[in-house]
Amino acid sequence: MNRRRVFYTLGLILDTEAVLMLIPAIVSLIYGELRSASMILLSSAVAAAVGSLMMLICRKRRSAIYAKEGFVIVALAWLSMTLFGALPFIFTGELGVIDAIFETASGFTTTGASVVTSFETMSKGVLFWRSATHWIGGMGVLVLMMAILPSDTEGSVHILRAEVPGPTFGKFVPKIKKTALILYLLYIGLSAVETIMLLFGGMDLFESLIYTFGTAGTGGFGLSGTSLTNYNPYIQWVVGIFMVMFGVNFNLYYLVIMGKIRTALKSRELWLYLGIIGSSVAIITIHMHNLYQTFGDNLRTSFFQVASIVTTTGFATADFDTWTGISRAVLFMLYFVGSCAGSTAGGIKVSRVILLGKIIRRDLRHMVHPHSVGVVKFEGRRVDDNTLRGVTSFFVLYCAVLGSVFLLLSLFEPDTDMITNMTASMATLNNVGPGLGKVGPYMGYSFYSVGSKIVLSLSMLFGRLEIYPLILALSPGLWRRK
Amino acid sequence: MKVIVVGSGKIGKFIVESLVREGHDVVVVDNSVKVIDEITNQYDVMAVCGNGADWETLVEAGAEQSELVASVTDSDEKNMLTCFMAKKLGARHTIARIRNPEYNDSSLGFFKEQLNLSMAINPELLAAEEIYTLLKFPSAAKVETFSRRNFEMAELKLRPDTPLDGMKLFEMRQKYKGQYLVCAVQRGDEAFIPDGSFTLRAGDRIGITATRSEIARLLKNLGAMQKQARNVMILGGSRTAFYLAKMLLASGNQVKIIEQDREICRELCDSLPKAVVLQGDGAQQEILMEEGLEQQDAFVALTGMDEENILMSIFASNHKVPKVISKVNREEMARLAEKLSLDTIVSPRKIVSDIIVRYARALRNSEGSNIETLYHLMDGSAEALEFHVNAGSPVIGMPLKEMKFKKNTLVAGIIRQRKAIIPSGDDMILADDNVVVIGSGVRFEDIADILA
Repeated sequence: MNRRRVFYTLGLILDTEAVLMLIPAIVSLIYGELRSASMILLSSAVAAAVGSLMMLICRKRRSAIYAKEGFVIVALAWLSMTLFGALPFIFTGELGVIDAIFETASGFTTTGASVVTSFETMSKGVLFWRSATHWIGGMGVLVLMMAILPSDTEGSVHILRAEVPGPTFGKFVPKIKKTALILYLLYIGLSAVETIMLLFGGMDLFESLIYTFGTAGTGGFGLSGTSLTNYNPYIQWVVGIFMVMFGVNFNLYYLVIMGKIRTALKSRELWLYLGIIGSSVAIITIHMHNLYQTFGDNLRTSFFQVASIVTTTGFATADFDTWTGISRAVLFMLYFVGSCAGSTAGGIKVSRVILLGKIIRRDLRHMVHPHSVGVVKFEGRRVDDNTLRGVTSFFVLYCAVLGSVFLLLSLFEPDTDMITNMTASMATLNNVGPGLGKVGPYMGYSFYSVGSKIVLSLSMLFGRLEIYPLILALSPGLWRRK
Repeated sequence: MKVIVVGSGKIGKFIVESLVREGHDVVVVDNSVKVIDEITNQYDVMAVCGNGADWETLVEAGAEQSELVASVTDSDEKNMLTCFMAKKLGARHTIARIRNPEYNDSSLGFFKEQLNLSMAINPELLAAEEIYTLLKFPSAAKVETFSRRNFEMAELKLRPDTPLDGMKLFEMRQKYKGQYLVCAVQRGDEAFIPDGSFTLRAGDRIGITATRSEIARLLKNLGAMQKQARNVMILGGSRTAFYLAKMLLASGNQVKIIEQDREICRELCDSLPKAVVLQGDGAQQEILMEEGLEQQDAFVALTGMDEENILMSIFASNHKVPKVISKVNREEMARLAEKLSLDTIVSPRKIVSDIIVRYARALRNSEGSNIETLYHLMDGSAEALEFHVNAGSPVIGMPLKEMKFKKNTLVAGIIRQRKAIIPSGDDMILADDNVVVIGSGVRFEDIADILA
């Protein structure tokens, strides 16, 4: 393990975070909040000081990043980003220490589970930072670092692979730096379009930025306890459609820009993703029984909640906890699926679901025809056994982590019902945000105890990084000196 | 610049590494998933899994927008087909590895023209040519030629008894007068571009640029001249061995080839009637002794195994064979071999990657000058380039002493109308000159890059 290199990169990440914190400080100044502005600046200074110190101590020698360094860098980067990202909440006194860490973890991992109870008392700058963490965490801070900083790129593919969600990671241009840059340009472009469209819907710039951050990172932090319920239908449609768009693999957008629409439309994952959304909306709309005034309202409401859950965003325009059993069951299933690989969303990912299905079919056939040779194909090409094994072991680990979180929650919260604890575990591990019961769409996580909040924060990080990096970074064997 | 490398075997991987270091956008095509995995983990490249001669694969790799497609798979036919397809798809330049001797005769020109190849490279032939030059000039550990052999750079390893030990370069110039220039020195893992006050030590590897006759004269004065090899023993009947034997026989030398495989022996006998072809395991020392290893002028190890080549070369060195040359492909092996006091190592894949790197760099460079040759010297820590200077280049018409050069760069020679000039401060570069430049830690794309 190349510790110097790991800590050098960590220092770099903290410095990047410090620079990013300057933006909410400026927002605070614009709104004339001198106290929060200075507190955010102080947080930025602390992060910068620690980061620069780390870089100074671990000055770079020629060294490569291998797979293990990649995993460890990503895991530690997210942990330290969360700790330092909590500073603005702590310094301004708007949240307690554990609450601040929970909120930041929820922000960076684009979960959107919140412990904030009164939005009115929070300053604009801190609210902006809270939502900005969604946007930064959505595409990943290491990807950002790679896109803008000149650095030797030897081995950095391991970092990208560990940070970008999905079973496999494909570059679409030869250079990793250019790949990262293109990803961010697409991300910025889509976000800009959404902001402008929300401005047309009557939001002010601050609001539209907050909701764009929430949508783009598939996060879900809003500006009130009722999320988007009280906004007009136009805004709900815009946010709904953009949620779906941010759940699509970004490689497909690149293909479209390059004029290869046909190739992009061939993606099986895309069609299954859209199919899942379509059929879920249909089932729920049918079972609405005119819960809302018109068919249009029913359709919009069910589409919005489905899009919000499947993309793991977590915005809400209705309290879906009051819906019929089948509707809630469909939403419950959607928690697991998540969106496409290579998007900003969490969850298991549609492509993994497809591959799992194909593996099961192959193995079933193998039981009946013991001599059959099975090849799993996906998107027109053969998937090698390593990837397949990775998918199955991911699924097993995923279930194991989910089970552990659920058990720990039940242990810490003897008075809370099972539905609440179960959906809270799912909503955090899948980075969705709201669950059912006491953590329903209009509720928050503030009632949980300190221990539970730490468990849930870790659960969110596990979900965002797709489990492996954190598990590997926590295993002592990787750290042992030879 | 976008470059596609088809085939990522021993040679392909080395080419990819060099091209990535040059900063090109590299796409690798190979049909083995394992190789693709390995290469994307190791280098910053994009990889496409598939057959390079397949239309779909080439389209996926982006052959249309690529500047250069180099096809270096094992199969000549596949390389030709790949280049043909890539060219039709719109690749600007194509390079194919064509190594079968049957294609490397008069039919090569036809292929190149019909397939629109920018270049056909034959690593085995290139290696054989390099070895041939070394056998003609055995005192040098390495000889690089510029400007159609009008100008050369010889690398020498200074032996422990060398009179140059402890001598400063300006003292050397006074003592051994002549038209030459010591332009690079490697000591341990470090390479220097020396100035007059640089002190030489025994064990240094020095690069001297001059014409062939000047280098020979200097070596004679230094007492380091060896006579040309006339009797050569070649271990291994590879294609390189075939090309080398053919060249040696054509100039009237004695050649013995030892090869294990009976069928290959037969073929060699058939195509090289004047050579003595022996069937046997070259790793068995008795055979070498029986065939008079000790009376040979030179021993060349050309089997497919780096390890075997190194071991048998050491064996030959210990039996006082004056010149021992070993083919070693893997870089770390080559370093090891040098530590084991084998000074003359030939690496086909390095030769090939030098050529492709030069080609790619020449494509990228602007007007002003053209890169004619490029060599990586001293384990790749320094490079020597030959530029053809066009009118309008900023280096023209100013005495060298008035120009401000970058650190660690050197104008090592000017070739004007086929005559080589070892430049002094008063010399000038003129239009249409060929200029040889040496640099360490600098990447030249244009002659103007030597200026600070």
